[in-house]
Amino acid sequence: MIKNFEELNAKYNACRAKMDGKFAGEGGKRAIVLCGGTGCLSSNSQEIKEKFEALIAEKGLGDKVSVNIAGCFGFCSQGPFVKIYPEDTLYRLVKPSDVEEIMEKDIIGGEIIERLLYVDPASGEKVQTQDEINFYKKQRRISLFGCGTINPEDINEALGIGAFQGLANALKMDRADVIKNVLDSGLRGRGGGGFPTGRKWQFAYAQPDGDKYVVCNGDEGDPGAFMDRSILEGNPLAVIEGMAIAGYAIGAQNGYFYVRAEYPIAVNRLRLAIKEAEELGLLGDNILGTDFSFRVHIRLGAGAFVCGEETALLNSIEGKRGMPRPRPPFPAVKGLWDSPSIINNVETLACVPYILREGVDAFTQYGTEKSKGTKVFALGGKVNNVGLVEIPMGTTLRELIYDIGGGIPDGKEFKAIQTGGPSGGCLTKDELDAVIYFDNLVAMGSMMGSGGAIVMDEDNCMVDVAKFYMEFICDESCGKCSPCRIGTKRMLEILTKITDGKATMKDLDELEELSYTIKEGSLCGLGQTAANPVLSTLAHFKDEYIAHIVEGRCPAKVCKNLMKYEIEADKCKKCSLCARQCPVNAITGVVGKEPYVIDQDKCIKCGMCLSSCKFKAIVKK
Amino acid sequence: MAHLNEAAVKKITEICDRYANEKTPLMMILSDVQNEYGYIPLEVQELISEKTGISVAEIYGVVTFYSFFSLKPKGKYVIGCCLGTACYVKGAQQVLDKFSEIIGIRAGETSEDGMFTLDALRCIGACGIAPAVTINGKVYPKLAVSDVPKIVEEYRNMEANA
Repeated sequence: MIKNFEELNAKYNACRAKMDGKFAGEGGKRAIVLCGGTGCLSSNSQEIKEKFEALIAEKGLGDKVSVNIAGCFGFCSQGPFVKIYPEDTLYRLVKPSDVEEIMEKDIIGGEIIERLLYVDPASGEKVQTQDEINFYKKQRRISLFGCGTINPEDINEALGIGAFQGLANALKMDRADVIKNVLDSGLRGRGGGGFPTGRKWQFAYAQPDGDKYVVCNGDEGDPGAFMDRSILEGNPLAVIEGMAIAGYAIGAQNGYFYVRAEYPIAVNRLRLAIKEAEELGLLGDNILGTDFSFRVHIRLGAGAFVCGEETALLNSIEGKRGMPRPRPPFPAVKGLWDSPSIINNVETLACVPYILREGVDAFTQYGTEKSKGTKVFALGGKVNNVGLVEIPMGTTLRELIYDIGGGIPDGKEFKAIQTGGPSGGCLTKDELDAVIYFDNLVAMGSMMGSGGAIVMDEDNCMVDVAKFYMEFICDESCGKCSPCRIGTKRMLEILTKITDGKATMKDLDELEELSYTIKEGSLCGLGQTAANPVLSTLAHFKDEYIAHIVEGRCPAKVCKNLMKYEIEADKCKKCSLCARQCPVNAITGVVGKEPYVIDQDKCIKCGMCLSSCKFKAIVKK
Repeated sequence: MAHLNEAAVKKITEICDRYANEKTPLMMILSDVQNEYGYIPLEVQELISEKTGISVAEIYGVVTFYSFFSLKPKGKYVIGCCLGTACYVKGAQQVLDKFSEIIGIRAGETSEDGMFTLDALRCIGACGIAPAVTINGKVYPKLAVSDVPKIVEEYRNMEANA
């Protein structure tokens, strides 16, 4: 049990010395740390860990080498990762079959295995440590602090990097001063809207004493965003601590996590972290000997995107259908079980301990005038370095896509980047040099959203992308208000007509008109932003819409009804491979004699032939 | 209540009792029942109603609202194709179509032999390994359309040999 500030300090010093020792290789010991994010776990990092453990036991090296899993390293496309301290060597794309060699050569022989090092694609040089990799150079970890460093299943490691120091500092302050600190830091909600966090807290603080709640929104439903999951998996105590600080500031005794049921690893680590914190007395009654008591509970989502909307989320916790409530009253006045409540996103809460521990200036040194600090992006799609990146606000899109993301694969051309998920919009190469911060993204017709950043290249059809998001919204609309329920369905019908080549220009006008109606008439954020992907693709890529409608052509050759596969007779080597791959026997020819031909009536446009042809004789038209 | 056997009644009662001290326990009860049995039929909803005092209409409303809850039993192997944006732009739709073609069911359906359920999932947060598919929780990273027949075959063989 940690009963007061002095004991927390003593524990911190002891844990910190141990962590420092681990990373510095004290006593000649080596530490193997593996990435335990979802991407790496599904690429066998658990099996790699078990193999290391078995080998260590077999060779009797238990007191010389330690092995543990940490949170997400962020560089998902190069995983699984194995990091070895004290040299800080980073091996990537490690397979279970590499474990023996790493043990023999590196751990025992002290030799670096060149073939497992990251190769810089530009210079072709091998890079030994994480800090030297371009992907990491422009990043600053505040929300992701500790992720990929500490073992998320061991509270002592978190305490060793300063967990609960922020709460300790807060508890020594007046509640109003804590809020002032958060206000001064300029922290804005990382879940989408960008509302100043301190202001939200002020509203709840101003309510009369009584039951109040802190709710953490971990219902990360935005397709393509996975930062909340990674934070919860990598350093769950940071979010718990942020929640406790918020609780102290507004006068709440209970905090609720609302996490997607689709995130079992995050939920398990969160459960474990809460249990460990309770056992040490860092959650519960009279925390650190003060009169502040705080308890944390977990509620699981059940697969409804709209529950990311804060009032729908409250309804879901209350065991109801997750439909939004009209506002006012705002949750800060009348929230969970009608009591004053604040709802903060995972990433937002993860920033709070940092601000209270390192000070306001440490946070405000990054960012722009109106958007302080950093933002985590889930960089995905057609970009070389797929993964989770945390960059200071004010970074340009070009730096994000090219310096950190490593550019577009296969020499293709960049077309657009979609930020803000189904509520956001796309930004094109004209905006590459624009800087990233809340208000600027909105001004350019997109939004920050939760931080999904999907890169698209010349092979993506923007009408198809707009249709994809509309399908999503249509599916997830809760049905409470008619502009969203009926309007999104009508929009999807028009988009389907366009991608089928059956639409007229009148349909396009109606699509645009509907967009504005839904925007203005919907009850909650989901509906109000539902038309954004359509509006922004219309603004930047109207020519693609028109090509579908007027010319009956899909320029990116994605929309099935507007494209076909053909075999170029002069390139065909008559090998019959494509014909054997074709699931519907649509390809005929004679081996070695007659070039193969696709029967367009039979073809289902699955693309199997295209990927099977070794001579590039098959083309999309 | 005629359809529920004694063991099920006991188990569901136990789940309801687990959350007796919670203010609004319905979602937690339904999650546990869904995890335990794979679906929440009307008989079970009636029993939960009896135990909690929440009307069946309200429970039915909640069960049908959330995609995680199901009124019908799912297949032995639940294939979830992620259709999140990152997966979608990397060809997840074609992967889903291939599963659909081979098994002969559409997304959201269960095969007649009760072997497979095919689900189209919203982002599972595995964007780094897109396109991703999960089968009973096991994640298959970076799937190509041509990998699909092998995978289905594997499960069918496993079943035939069991």
